[in-house]
Amino acid sequence: MRFTKDHEWVAVEGDIATVGITAYAAEQLGDVVFVEVPEVGKTVAQGEGLAVVESVKAASDVYAPVSGEVVEANAELGDAPETVNAVPEAGGWFAKLKLSNPAEVDALMDRDAYEAFLSTL
Amino acid sequence: MSMNNVGRPTRPEASNDDAGFASLSGGRGLLQDEPLIFELGGWTKTGVDLPDAVPADSALAGLTRDEPIGLPGLSEPEAVRHYVRLSQKNHAIDLALYPLGSCTMKHNPRLNEKMARLPGLSDIHPLQPQSTVQGAIELMDRLAHWLKTLTGMPAVALSPKAGAHGELCGLLAIRAAHEAAGNGHRKTVLAPTSAHGTNPATAAFCGYTVVEIAQTDDGRVDLADLESKLGDHVAAIMVTNPNTCGLFERDVVEIARLTHAAGAYFYCDGANFNAIVGRVRPGDLGVDAMHINLHKTFSTPHGGGGPGAGPVVLSEALAPFAPTPWVVHDDSGYRLVEEAVGPAAQAFGRMSAFHGQMGMYVRAYAYMLSHGADGLRQVAEDAVLNANYVKARLSDLMSPAFPEGPCMHEALFDDAWLEDTGVTTLDFAKAMIDEGFHPMTMYFPLVVHGAMLIEPTETESKAELDRFIDALRLLAEAAKAGETGRFKNAPHLAPLKRLDETLAARKPKLKWKPVAPAPLAAE
Repeated sequence: MRFTKDHEWVAVEGDIATVGITAYAAEQLGDVVFVEVPEVGKTVAQGEGLAVVESVKAASDVYAPVSGEVVEANAELGDAPETVNAVPEAGGWFAKLKLSNPAEVDALMDRDAYEAFLSTL
Repeated sequence: MSMNNVGRPTRPEASNDDAGFASLSGGRGLLQDEPLIFELGGWTKTGVDLPDAVPADSALAGLTRDEPIGLPGLSEPEAVRHYVRLSQKNHAIDLALYPLGSCTMKHNPRLNEKMARLPGLSDIHPLQPQSTVQGAIELMDRLAHWLKTLTGMPAVALSPKAGAHGELCGLLAIRAAHEAAGNGHRKTVLAPTSAHGTNPATAAFCGYTVVEIAQTDDGRVDLADLESKLGDHVAAIMVTNPNTCGLFERDVVEIARLTHAAGAYFYCDGANFNAIVGRVRPGDLGVDAMHINLHKTFSTPHGGGGPGAGPVVLSEALAPFAPTPWVVHDDSGYRLVEEAVGPAAQAFGRMSAFHGQMGMYVRAYAYMLSHGADGLRQVAEDAVLNANYVKARLSDLMSPAFPEGPCMHEALFDDAWLEDTGVTTLDFAKAMIDEGFHPMTMYFPLVVHGAMLIEPTETESKAELDRFIDALRLLAEAAKAGETGRFKNAPHLAPLKRLDETLAARKPKLKWKPVAPAPLAAE
């Protein structure tokens, strides 16, 4: 699993990347009450808005950590946005992307680097 | 002697201790729950006797309603009591200090109200001949004159009806100016991280991509970051001054210079004009467009007390794109120009069906005239003085977000001082309700953790400020002493207790369901 400074995670299997927000982000957001996941087929570039997550505190954009085409969105989040708080780095995933530039993944932080980054915040 | 005592006691016979008391009916004295008006009203009553409608051929074709409309029926006293009871639950500037930061909840002078109720200004209609409302149109012209004078700008669009509507007006003028100059490719708007949420929302609504400008450690726009993000793709920047941290953007002239050098326009969010009115003219700072919330700086009612009004002043470059209508006058009198004609007038359209909020124009103009130039200058001075008094008297207990130097019209604290107390900004704000005060703005601006933004305004006396500050000091000491129970369940003394915001958002429950609506009268 790789991480961004904007607190998204990405897990790659073959050429499919699963994207979500980190446990730290979920904790900071507070109770998530709404998630807007992208349409399947949408193409996003790295750093572009991929989804919107809304908690009782704030609405935030979730950026695409890597470029690609959305091949699946987590429909369960519509009825159960609390999944993002419960299991942010597993069942609370937002979307799956078909990677268009796999090299982008390697440039992201690994778990140790992300933990080190969090300790600076 | 005559004995006319008929047995009425004159002092309480028991102690006033009401612990464990419960009323017989479940009523709560003067804190009664008020049902929705739909729950109150039957379907058969009406407060007004109207004759049956005369059947007429409808021009609505297939659109004529054939389902009951479902409006509640109440007698006049029922309707009056419902709304008066609701009003008693509402906090208002007429009840006490209202310290919402960035909102400028100042007193609404009664002279304004008297002027706004003059029949010649209130009993008029936008569609009546302009020759019959010359005074009203002249008042608009004079208001426009003083708004231009106070801001040092050559043009003003009076019609926008709120601050965000003014932002929309300003950005539409900017977009029209870029398109007229062949610069329609500029699709980015820059705004600082501390911006009001309406700034990026307005820019996005106009089709722009919003890019954030970083903030310096002392709460101002980071010039180097701004410069690195400016370029041929940028249409405008949106900067609030004084900003939402309650600080003056001291580099504002340089911000304007960099923006103009990059071919972009400078939109200033004028929500905080109250802090500088009479002292600073935004036109002198290089601003191209700025909205003025008449319901803030110029004391017209808001926060449920009345509609807003957000006139937008425009620079020489943007003036030709101002929306219609505007007022002109010549030997024949005053006139509203409804259609832009000629090269000097390239209006992008209009912001509202008519000319805007006449009642707010009258109040704002009355406020200007009753204060005069020296009075308006003192408004700004006293607003800043009051905020600094609040900041100075609370800084030993609470942590100011930007301790260095004075603030402008609002004092901003973060939640560092609550660390390890178990009390959050939200808890603290709710506990203020128990002490009889409306909470301050909380968790805004977003750049400050657990922000508490207090704007006392210039209309509070030192005595009222002291009462407010003393209550906050007692609360702060209680928080630090570990009295978490006082905070976690606050408010204790409100008709409704702490709401479960998460549950309300995830599983909203609409309480009222219609029961057996009556058939339409015609049936």
